[in-house]
Amino acid sequence: MRTQVDGNEVFYGTGSGAPADDARTLIFVHGAGFDHTIWVMPARYFARHGWRVVAVDLPAHGRSQGAALTSIEQLADWLARLIDTVSPNQRASVVGHSMGSLVAMSAAARYAGKVEKLALLGTSAPMPVADVLLNAAKDNDQAAIDMTNTWSHSVGGSLGSSENPGLSNLAVGERLLQQAGPGVFYADLTACNNFKADALELIEQPTLVLIGDEDRMTPARAGLAVVDALHNVQQRRLPGCGHSMLSEQPNQVLDELAAFLPFAP
Amino acid sequence: MSDSKHRSPPSTGFDTLALHAGQSPDPTTGARATPIYQSAAFVFPDSDVAAGLFNIERAGHVYSRLSNPTNAVLEERMAALDHGIGAVVTASGQAAMHLAVTTLLSAGDHIVSSRSLYGGTHNLLEYTLSRFGISTTFVDPRDPTAFAAAIQENTKLLFGEVLGNPGLEVLDIPRIAAVAHDHGLPLLVDATFATPYLCRPIELGADLVMHSATKFLSGHGVVIGGVVVDGGTFDWLANDKFPTLSQPYAGFHDLVFAEEFGPQAFITRARKEGIRDFGACMAPMTAFQILQGLETLPLRMQRHVSNALEVARYLEAHPLVEQVSHPGLSSHPDYELAQQILPLGAGAVFSFELRGGREAGRTLIESLSLFSHLANVGDAKSLVIHPASTTHHRVEEQALRAAGIGPGLVRLSVGLEDPKDLLSDLKTALRAVEKKLGGKS
Repeated sequence: MRTQVDGNEVFYGTGSGAPADDARTLIFVHGAGFDHTIWVMPARYFARHGWRVVAVDLPAHGRSQGAALTSIEQLADWLARLIDTVSPNQRASVVGHSMGSLVAMSAAARYAGKVEKLALLGTSAPMPVADVLLNAAKDNDQAAIDMTNTWSHSVGGSLGSSENPGLSNLAVGERLLQQAGPGVFYADLTACNNFKADALELIEQPTLVLIGDEDRMTPARAGLAVVDALHNVQQRRLPGCGHSMLSEQPNQVLDELAAFLPFAP
Repeated sequence: MSDSKHRSPPSTGFDTLALHAGQSPDPTTGARATPIYQSAAFVFPDSDVAAGLFNIERAGHVYSRLSNPTNAVLEERMAALDHGIGAVVTASGQAAMHLAVTTLLSAGDHIVSSRSLYGGTHNLLEYTLSRFGISTTFVDPRDPTAFAAAIQENTKLLFGEVLGNPGLEVLDIPRIAAVAHDHGLPLLVDATFATPYLCRPIELGADLVMHSATKFLSGHGVVIGGVVVDGGTFDWLANDKFPTLSQPYAGFHDLVFAEEFGPQAFITRARKEGIRDFGACMAPMTAFQILQGLETLPLRMQRHVSNALEVARYLEAHPLVEQVSHPGLSSHPDYELAQQILPLGAGAVFSFELRGGREAGRTLIESLSLFSHLANVGDAKSLVIHPASTTHHRVEEQALRAAGIGPGLVRLSVGLEDPKDLLSDLKTALRAVEKKLGGKS
């Protein structure tokens, strides 16, 4: 599906849904360098259960046009304008992974009237990025992809045993990052690195924080710190799971999201 | 991405992946080996989960034609070894080829293929698929410009074997992939003779890879199987040539595979349509046996390659041998290319031409004792066949020559025996040929 924000074409996956006019809206926001396809399974689940699913490609990602935005605040402002476009008459719930979780938090704090609920997957606030990774990304170097992909998987996940029959999670992650245009991954990582966690106390929306116990990108202790900083929050732990929880434990992630975001009326 | 001046974390080595990729100890029983899930179907815990599995919302298994836990280990291991994003295993190598083609092509579409192919693949492309409206133009595998020249408006796929049959032509994968991509087309490569230990076509630019797992992957001549590996590299939405992936599919509630699955589009459609509807699935026991073979693939291929080269060098120096076609020999026209494409060795299947024609070939075959006379390759045991007196026995000599098969051509698949025993067997057989020909060779 395509729409327009700021005069640029925006692509989003709908999970093959055909929502009713009054369906509640659920927006999925991907992490650094990725696109909407990481959400394919939960998108299809929530679409089948009556939600208006918007698994969005952020500007310059996937099939969306425009330049990459360079701060989480800019991305949150953009997300608010997207909500105005796809859900003009009601608030939207937002599910974000990694960088997407920062965008979701920032949007919830800055646009309380537009965001209903939050689900934060693999989160950390702040979200510092190692210099070696930033520098490699700045040079559009494969090493940045290798670092991210390696650190995003648990030790067990690196060798596989995928729940998805026949898929190599490690290779899927690598291909997605390789598809990002020049400078896009660096812009994303810079936005994460510069994010200031000074508005978390403004977030009043019900929030789920999903934590992978073997997450090496946003370690469990960082996720727990986000839990401590929020008012209306519940946490769930995924034993043995790394940062790429949507590919490592897709069914467990779906079960937690489904419990937090029950069927739309 | 540019050439690296930054340091990547160490990646898992090939030998380790061959043993571990796709499998961890069974969480219920603690079984270290991959269990054989000999079950046709899998229980749904509730109706919503069942619906979710059918609707690709959940990961898991429904019915063993579509996926099976044992097969899934093999698929993930092959994806890891070939550096692809996913794989589907099939009932045979022929089924893998059929699955790859029919996932992309429909009636009215066209393939440009190397003409140096396994006979079964040639039959499929030349005679069988043409009955269903898919045509093929065959070109010289050594000439990338011939691939380009044969591309038509309706061409959807370029295809070749890493090592051609029977001439052992080495496919210049980077150059032919560039031709394909310049025309907005994917390149499918059959890597059966090479295995991912010797050549990983996806890393060289190919988009899709297939293998007959019957051969070196399983390695012991006890199963029939195949596999298709998706590199996840091709953008199926970049043009309008691939409607099976870029347009709504009525057979799955108007799902647009490339939009929803991105790099997983091809392999997902292959499973959700091709395996579902054509049904050429692999049995879980077969997958288990191929997994046993994969565990020793690196060790076996090293020995296959060294034994084959030793035998090839011996034959090249023998006065009864007119020519040896092995890309590991400097006399082979693709020797230099083989050093680039196949740096760890040019495989263990090769052919040689005996002086003395059909009679010499037949005598050699019947005089060998360690080499088994049969129609297969890639066994741990050494194999031999004489096309002019077996697979091509009804073909006139002139037609054989046109197919690159001389009357004295013998094909070997060199196994893992002690090489001195293989050479001794060949010496004995060549002496018998010499005697038969009355020393007039």
